[in-house]
Amino acid sequence: MNNTQSTEVIFELSKSGRRCHRLPACDVPSSQPLDKLIPREHLADKPPPLPEVGEIDLIRHYTNLSARNMSIDTNFYPLGSCTMKYNPKRHERLAALPQYANLHPLQDDDTTQGMLEILFEMQQYLAEISGLPAVSLQPAAGAHGELAALFVAAAYFRDKGETHRRKVLVPDSAHGTNPASAALAGFDTITVKSGANGLVDLEDLKSKLGDDTAVFMITNPNTLGLFETQIKTITDLLHSKGALVYLDGANMNAILGITRPGDFGADMQHYNVHKTFTGPHGGGGPGSGPIAVRDFLAGYLPAPVVIKDGAKYKLNFDMPKSIGRVRSFFGNVGILFRGYCYIRTLGPDGLKEVSEQAVLNANYLRARVVEGFDVPHAGPCMHEFVASARSLVRERKITAKDVCKRLLDFGFHAPTVYFPMVVAEALMMEPTETESKETLDAFADTLLKIKAEDPEVVKIAPHTHVVSRPDEVKAAKELKLRWKS
Amino acid sequence: MSNPSNLRYATTHEWAKQDSDVVTVGVTAFAIEQLTEPTYLELPAVGAALKAGDKFGIIESYKSTSDLYSPVSGTVIERNEPLVDEGKRKGDPKPVNDDAFGAGWMVKIKLAPSATLDHLLTAEQYDQQLASEGH
Repeated sequence: MNNTQSTEVIFELSKSGRRCHRLPACDVPSSQPLDKLIPREHLADKPPPLPEVGEIDLIRHYTNLSARNMSIDTNFYPLGSCTMKYNPKRHERLAALPQYANLHPLQDDDTTQGMLEILFEMQQYLAEISGLPAVSLQPAAGAHGELAALFVAAAYFRDKGETHRRKVLVPDSAHGTNPASAALAGFDTITVKSGANGLVDLEDLKSKLGDDTAVFMITNPNTLGLFETQIKTITDLLHSKGALVYLDGANMNAILGITRPGDFGADMQHYNVHKTFTGPHGGGGPGSGPIAVRDFLAGYLPAPVVIKDGAKYKLNFDMPKSIGRVRSFFGNVGILFRGYCYIRTLGPDGLKEVSEQAVLNANYLRARVVEGFDVPHAGPCMHEFVASARSLVRERKITAKDVCKRLLDFGFHAPTVYFPMVVAEALMMEPTETESKETLDAFADTLLKIKAEDPEVVKIAPHTHVVSRPDEVKAAKELKLRWKS
Repeated sequence: MSNPSNLRYATTHEWAKQDSDVVTVGVTAFAIEQLTEPTYLELPAVGAALKAGDKFGIIESYKSTSDLYSPVSGTVIERNEPLVDEGKRKGDPKPVNDDAFGAGWMVKIKLAPSATLDHLLTAEQYDQQLASEGH
């Protein structure tokens, strides 16, 4: 529904003097004049220019804007690499309980034992699922976890006197965050090629691996949805050179309870709790990117971590080699809490079933998409797969972007597009375990229908949305980040 | 799309044009078609020494960010200044989009002693590479 009433920018709706509520004059006498309570230089001369609107306009404004949103609660959302699975509403209800929601992070440990117990157990669960025993819950999202782990690696090598290890190797199919995190942590990044099968090219890896290698960052299953079948050879190779292996945990939804990064040789990993363990992400809430590492790296983790001392849970700051805090307080606790609920609800067998169902759904969708699109890498896939629109470009002049824009008209969120870059005209699809066969079929049928449509209709899609195609080049060149009157 | 026969090409989609010991470098129209119109460009400072295959810059579009690799070994003696930011002046890489093989040139490199373009692809070989990649 495209209800445009009151959807102007909130400042444009403003009329001087309008209010949602009018408070009576304060009848409590002030103990002191205001400038005794707050220093004069911190007092504003006049109120800030906030929008002035009536409550009904305010409610229509946000309600009508929110109805334009596509979300997992409204539409199938096969955004590859993002694990847009259903977010159980039970988690919202539990997280809203005042015992949790009203906690203040500066409360004394004695009054937050329940939450500390939950965080302590969350550390243990994440350690068990990864096979890596030491966990920090602090990082605020996946890329932040990558950065924190690379700081841990840098501290470890500094401690060992191996500061010549300057290089971080990253496959060409990696998430863009990997080289970005490495650069931000002060390393030089080197790209390792993928072979024609979509997996790491071992010979290219060997040629780039040396005594100056600090870390190899690998995503497994990788961004093509393929499991790196030579992962043990790869991790052994890295370890033989004294380097560390980092696992980008974005794709953990494919392997929960089936294999563990610690068992196939990773030394560090992050989780995306908001993806794998159902935080309402993608505009619906913050991320959460805990990291898990091997024993010998535990001392370098961001302090504090939650420990159990007798019967009491407390925050351990006594970590002299710690890289220090990477996030205020204990990380994004609200999302960690939802992840905890999810893990406790499903248990070990349930989590394994999640991955099995996610992989099954992806393979079913893949088999349907192959009816009309190229899928360059051989199946079966793991939790996602990458199709290509390159033959459509050749034969019908329709690009991957056009297909995605047209999908919006039919009520489907677009797949991830033009990533990974090792596939031309990439359409990366991750259906997740929570979708029914009917939904997967409806989506696949729509893709095939779009393929057969009049290209002129597809090229100017979407047709049914308030916003059509923005000029992406102009938007990138002339960034407008705020509204000005 | 036609790749001019008087240029040589790197497998990473840069072109090189030799005038005695100075080589002009840009990226191919095919690369731009894949990348879509560039929105931002980073080029090395004049005087930078490059070996063939070294990263010499970054090209960004709304779609992706890619490294640029020097097709030849030598020293940067000139760069296409209007394309890049300089102080408060914002660069505009539009010529790269409109005329990749001409006005969109990026740097001029003085060849290192004994460096050549022999290792680079001819237009015909580059066409074959594109065809074999399915384009």
